[in-house]
Amino acid sequence: MPKELEPGSHESPDDSSSTAHSLELLCHLDDTAHGSTACVTWEPTGDGKKVISLADNHILLWDLQESSGQAVLASSASLEGKGQLKFTSGRWSPHHAGTQVATASDTTVRGWDTRSMSQIYCIENAHGQLVRDLDFNPNKQYYLASCGDDCKVKFWDTRNVTEPVKTLEEHSHWVWSIRYNHSHDQLVLTGSSDSRVILSNMVSISSEPFGHLVDDDDLSDQEERRPEEKSQEPPRDGVIATYEEHEDSVYAADWSSADPWLFASLSYDGRLVINRVPRALKYHILL
Amino acid sequence: MAAGAAGPGPGSGPGDSPEGPEAEAPERRRKAHGMLKLYYGLSEGETAGRPPGSDPLDPTDLNGAHFDPEVYLDKLRRECPLAQLMDSETDMVRQIRALDSDMQTLVYENYNKFISATDTIRKMKNDFRKMEDEMDRLATNMAVITDFSARISATLQDRHERITKLAGVHALLRKLQFLFELPSCLTKCVELGAYGQAVRYQGRARAVLQQYQHLPSFRAIQDDCQVITARLAQQLRQRFREGGSGAPEQAECVELLLALGEPAEELCAEFLEHARGRLEAELRSLEAELGPSPPAPDVLEFTDHGGSGFVGGLCQVASAYQELFAAQGPAGAEKLAAFARELGGRYFALVERRLAQEQGSGDNSLLVRALDRFHRRLRAPGALLAAAGLAEAATEIVERVARERLGHHLQGLRAAFLGCLTDVRQALAAPRLAGKEGPGLAELLANVASSILSHIKASLAAVHLFTAKEVSFSNKPYFRGEFCSQGVREGLIVGFIRSMCQTAQSFCDSPGEKGGATPPALLLLLSRLCLDYETATISYILTLTDEQFLVQDQSPVTPVSALCAEARETARRLLTHYVKVQGLVISQMLRKSVETRDWLSTLEPRNVRAVMKRVVEDTTAIDVQVGLLYEEGVRKAQSSDSSKRTFSVYSSSRQQGRYAPSYTPSAPMDTNLLSNIQKLFSERIDVFSPVEFNKVSVLTGIIKISLKTLLECVRLRTFGRFGLQQVQVDCHFLQLYLWRFVADEELVHLLLDEVVASAALRCPDPVPMEPSVVEVICERG
Repeated sequence: MPKELEPGSHESPDDSSSTAHSLELLCHLDDTAHGSTACVTWEPTGDGKKVISLADNHILLWDLQESSGQAVLASSASLEGKGQLKFTSGRWSPHHAGTQVATASDTTVRGWDTRSMSQIYCIENAHGQLVRDLDFNPNKQYYLASCGDDCKVKFWDTRNVTEPVKTLEEHSHWVWSIRYNHSHDQLVLTGSSDSRVILSNMVSISSEPFGHLVDDDDLSDQEERRPEEKSQEPPRDGVIATYEEHEDSVYAADWSSADPWLFASLSYDGRLVINRVPRALKYHILL
Repeated sequence: MAAGAAGPGPGSGPGDSPEGPEAEAPERRRKAHGMLKLYYGLSEGETAGRPPGSDPLDPTDLNGAHFDPEVYLDKLRRECPLAQLMDSETDMVRQIRALDSDMQTLVYENYNKFISATDTIRKMKNDFRKMEDEMDRLATNMAVITDFSARISATLQDRHERITKLAGVHALLRKLQFLFELPSCLTKCVELGAYGQAVRYQGRARAVLQQYQHLPSFRAIQDDCQVITARLAQQLRQRFREGGSGAPEQAECVELLLALGEPAEELCAEFLEHARGRLEAELRSLEAELGPSPPAPDVLEFTDHGGSGFVGGLCQVASAYQELFAAQGPAGAEKLAAFARELGGRYFALVERRLAQEQGSGDNSLLVRALDRFHRRLRAPGALLAAAGLAEAATEIVERVARERLGHHLQGLRAAFLGCLTDVRQALAAPRLAGKEGPGLAELLANVASSILSHIKASLAAVHLFTAKEVSFSNKPYFRGEFCSQGVREGLIVGFIRSMCQTAQSFCDSPGEKGGATPPALLLLLSRLCLDYETATISYILTLTDEQFLVQDQSPVTPVSALCAEARETARRLLTHYVKVQGLVISQMLRKSVETRDWLSTLEPRNVRAVMKRVVEDTTAIDVQVGLLYEEGVRKAQSSDSSKRTFSVYSSSRQQGRYAPSYTPSAPMDTNLLSNIQKLFSERIDVFSPVEFNKVSVLTGIIKISLKTLLECVRLRTFGRFGLQQVQVDCHFLQLYLWRFVADEELVHLLLDEVVASAALRCPDPVPMEPSVVEVICERG
């Protein structure tokens, strides 16, 4: 299993630029000593030389050395506790110069500092059951979204982990995947094994809680539209759309990195569905 | 004579001739009738008795009024033959004779009477003559008497005048003597302590002395009097200030002093000052009772004490004050009101402190009685001193206490509910240790329901004391209106039902969602409890309340339907949560069983795995548990067949239609296609969907959750050939036993099909087991 996974995980970031190239094994993460790998995630910024992999109860930081084509285990930490603790998912925070990683294991979400490989926060019982996925808000540095088997989606402020900032309960089965839109972080995409994909609008806790912020360069344009914007009702949190094209459990959903209004979801039966954010909403956000 | 003979005829009236012939009787009667008839306006002529054709004016009618003998004779002579004339003549003669003899008889009979009348008249003549003489004598005597009388009064005239003058002098002398004796009298009175007497004397003499003070002698008296009076006043004041004597004596002192003309302002201030001293002593003794020492008397005794001591004192003071200083007008009344307000305020503060100590106790009747006395006592000074607002303040205190009692009862009810829940928890925990699971669930429910109901009734009864007719404050507007509707109905009953729902709901939101916190049976029981409340209990309780407290207030109250909806929502949430919790328990078992096994290197299946049996056992247990409290519910009609038949359909369709091609690697697309097509026609399954209030729905929910979990877990694993076969066996086993619990067995088929299909997809070497072998294994297991 791990052997198959690793090349796959390597190829994805490289692949986005040129699809025509045939795949080539660059290096091999040798983590056989640590059990099966649940998740591999790249450093979001920097020169792309660092990879975190989560194997059983270990969190491993790899340093890729291009010249030698080898991955060196830079540092590692492991989760101690009673019972068999296993990581299920992890995300690398795009903020803090790439020093923070969040992991999910069972019902707990933990934050790690990659420099010291020590735990910096811990959300006990983040979900009633298994936590399935995590994502960081790309624009607000302390905001984290999580989803899990209790059918809920929760938004956290990692500075105060006792209470979620917001909880959504729209799905009727486990939520497998959650993704913030890369540029408009009020748009949150979730995929669930109730075979639905839900696009939610979380305006109140987004980086643009009162609509689009006025940029300096198009100030004049904005000025004219200001009155009608005021007259509009302030946007509310809620479900924008529920996509029911899938016939089976949806295990992955993600945004296009090229077009911020495009997203795809993949279900068990192999169906890949690509959807767009509703036009009205798009204009509402943009204008 | 002819006229005389005609006289006694009918024309001359029957009364004068009582001895008239017999023949005249009917004639007389007719006459009387005739007069009646005349009176009633009927004409005489219509009477039947008169011969027809005869005219009353006929001069020839012998009995008529207008009889004319000449005409009659003429007529006779002209009309009658001789014989008839002769007859007439004889007849007439006979009649005349008869009349003559009648007249003679009359005269003879009445002769004696005439003689005696004449005698009587003669005697009367004599008597009158005698009387005239005596009258003359009387007249002369009277004249003599008059004469004498006139002479006597003339003689007495001047004597009388002298006597009157003497009497006047005597009175004056008496007064003077009184004045001269006044100082000594006063002194004696003062010495004897008869202050009232002294003041009365002084009052009587004062005006006179004032008037004649220009005379030296009077002046001396006046001076003496003033000295004595001053001393008297001094003594009175002394006595007044000593204050040892009771309020009535003081009042008397003040009254005397006022009569002595002391300045009222000062007296009134002093009076109040003394009264304050006394009342403050009362308050102090009350405070001592209240004090930190624990053996305080009960609240009834306390209010009694306060009522008789303080309030009674206040009443006396007030009434005495009003009697004494009525002349002071509104300013004086204001002073008294301020006085009463201040002391009353302190008294109220003490009472409130005492009542606050009572808040914890459960005995309402004592408290109500105490409040009743307290309130009743204060009505008297309240009537005396309307301006001080004592009665209002007392009512306010009573209201506040009543409100606090309501709060206390609400707390009590909540505590009772929580206590019931704890009992239930213990009861649920106990039999589980003994090995038999929840047989008493229905009894527990009944116990909880009846216990809560009895608590509610007890609270209502306790609170009802406040509105009892004999309680003096029950007719205050607060107790008639707001207390009943807002306080009891809304605050106590509706508040309790709401809090009950909230408490119940809080079990759904408990952070320990893993189900460890709340035993599932409790959730089930609470759900049923809330449902029962929705259907019957709420309306019963509210009707009871409305009946007991005849709510007259117009303020809006929570309608029964809103509460019922709330209770129903709570029941639904609890039941849904129960399904989630139980589903989770089974899911966890299934998940562990899938995740911990090495499916690649497993051996050929010979048995159904123990965990599947466990799942079926648990489901059966849940079925029994739910069945204790909820009705069966409705299944789809098709599922009423035996498991055998459905199984064969399921198995054969799977075998021929789907699995046979799907496991050959050559046609992997077919299976996807087929499964997709099948899914197109089957409805989407909402796994965590709300449930209905029946057993089947609950069980369906739990099984859905469990099987979906199994499906998702299987998809995460990789299976060897025997691993797949094991899954096949397990699923068949589940299929055999689970269909009976659910509303629509198609659902179980679908999900189990999915499980097997997913396992097959995750298997590099998918070779299914023969259905017959699967059946044999399952039947053996």
